[in-house]
Amino acid sequence: MSERRQITLTINGTVHSGQVEPRKLLVDFLREDLGLTGSHVGCEHGICGACTILVNGESARSCLMLAVQANGAELMTVEGLAEDGKLHPLQAAFWEHHGLQCGFCTPGMLMAAYDLLQTNPTPSEEEIRAGVSAVLCRCTGYQGIVQAIQAAAEKLRARGDGR
Amino acid sequence: MCPILRVIVFSISAHPLPPSAGRIQAREMKPPPFDYHAPTSIEETLDLLQRYGDEAKVLAGGQSLMPLLNFRLTYPAALIDVNRVAALSYIQQKDGQIRIGALTRQRTIEFSELIHSQLPLLYEATTLVGHLPIRTRGTIGGSLAHADPAAEYPTVAVALDAELVIQGPSGTRILSAEEFFVSYLTTALAPNEVLTEVRFSPSPPTSGWAFEEFARRHGDFAVVGVAAVIDTDGEQCRTARLAAAGVGPTPIRLRAAEDILMQEGITDQAIQSTSTKAAELVEPDSDIHASADFRRHLTQVLTRRAIKRAIERGRERKT
Repeated sequence: MSERRQITLTINGTVHSGQVEPRKLLVDFLREDLGLTGSHVGCEHGICGACTILVNGESARSCLMLAVQANGAELMTVEGLAEDGKLHPLQAAFWEHHGLQCGFCTPGMLMAAYDLLQTNPTPSEEEIRAGVSAVLCRCTGYQGIVQAIQAAAEKLRARGDGR
Repeated sequence: MCPILRVIVFSISAHPLPPSAGRIQAREMKPPPFDYHAPTSIEETLDLLQRYGDEAKVLAGGQSLMPLLNFRLTYPAALIDVNRVAALSYIQQKDGQIRIGALTRQRTIEFSELIHSQLPLLYEATTLVGHLPIRTRGTIGGSLAHADPAAEYPTVAVALDAELVIQGPSGTRILSAEEFFVSYLTTALAPNEVLTEVRFSPSPPTSGWAFEEFARRHGDFAVVGVAAVIDTDGEQCRTARLAAAGVGPTPIRLRAAEDILMQEGITDQAIQSTSTKAAELVEPDSDIHASADFRRHLTQVLTRRAIKRAIERGRERKT
């Protein structure tokens, strides 16, 4: 009935293969089969945003995709943000501006912010608030998150790219 | 999230958690088992629908169906994943219409220059659909076929007299949006049919538009939403299109309210009578989010705001 399928996908630049039951969620495949536990599982129905990752360069809920649907896709998870052990400017800004408290929403916040800044490198505060409304912070630490994204946007503009 | 799920989630969370809750339980699957098919053509999709009938669910963007599967609120024998049917994804201009393939992502619509210039109401409504990560996956066809009466796209389709192209084993048929939406989460689609395209006729370039909604949080489904397209000539109203979301089993076209504007022009008094009429035309239910009375009140307020903003925008476009 639901025989396992072979899938191959690229995650953070590395090719991964696996066998999955078609009903396995992408986020569970990332966490359980590949050990990429950076993406968190919160509400499991697309509301909280903790599982947000990039699918072919665009942010999406990995709890609302089946792993089989990502066959052939290029994914980026929070583990792919840092380069050579150095925090991505977004991560550094979250640290600096107190953009995380318990940290549960942070991977989703970072990936949603990453997508926001690549579609709009100069967001207003209102646009940042609309952008991060895709992810819920139960600590309610939104002020720090908004400031962190503002700071990161400036850094990235100075660096000359949207990433 | 659909209204049914919204209610059920509340009742789930009211139950005490099992002792194992909170621990990672590797290799447990949330959705129930199903046959999985990923056709690459419309023909193959129709063959599968014919084979499974109402035992199958079509999976498009998955932003409504996946939550239902994750909570096991639906147990389809088969999932027909149309995400690899490339022929269903396009935006094109043909015979004076904008034709949008059913699998076109909401995000693609949001960033389309053609939609921005020709169907600004659709653009504005798109920015109100969930959040960007939801729109990355969510499709126009999926939103229409899911038929949540509080959703933005069905309301825009009704406001703009969209034509919905449906393919089945015996060929193609075209329904108006008002014919397509039958009731809560229910459309005129037969189990062996699939929605393939939506056709919009752009409103006159002199017209203005607005989608006004009241939602508890940004990105939530609207408690009530009102779409308006108004074309004015001085104080006269040449065209008025009004439709409301969240106030009945389907999106509701507010024709009798439109007539008032068309007959009386765009005076403050006419706008007030139109908004009052709109509130009379809707059939809201009371639920956990809002009472029927509050929804009527919102209909009146949002209709007035939508008309005023649409008139304003039309004036800006003419100058």
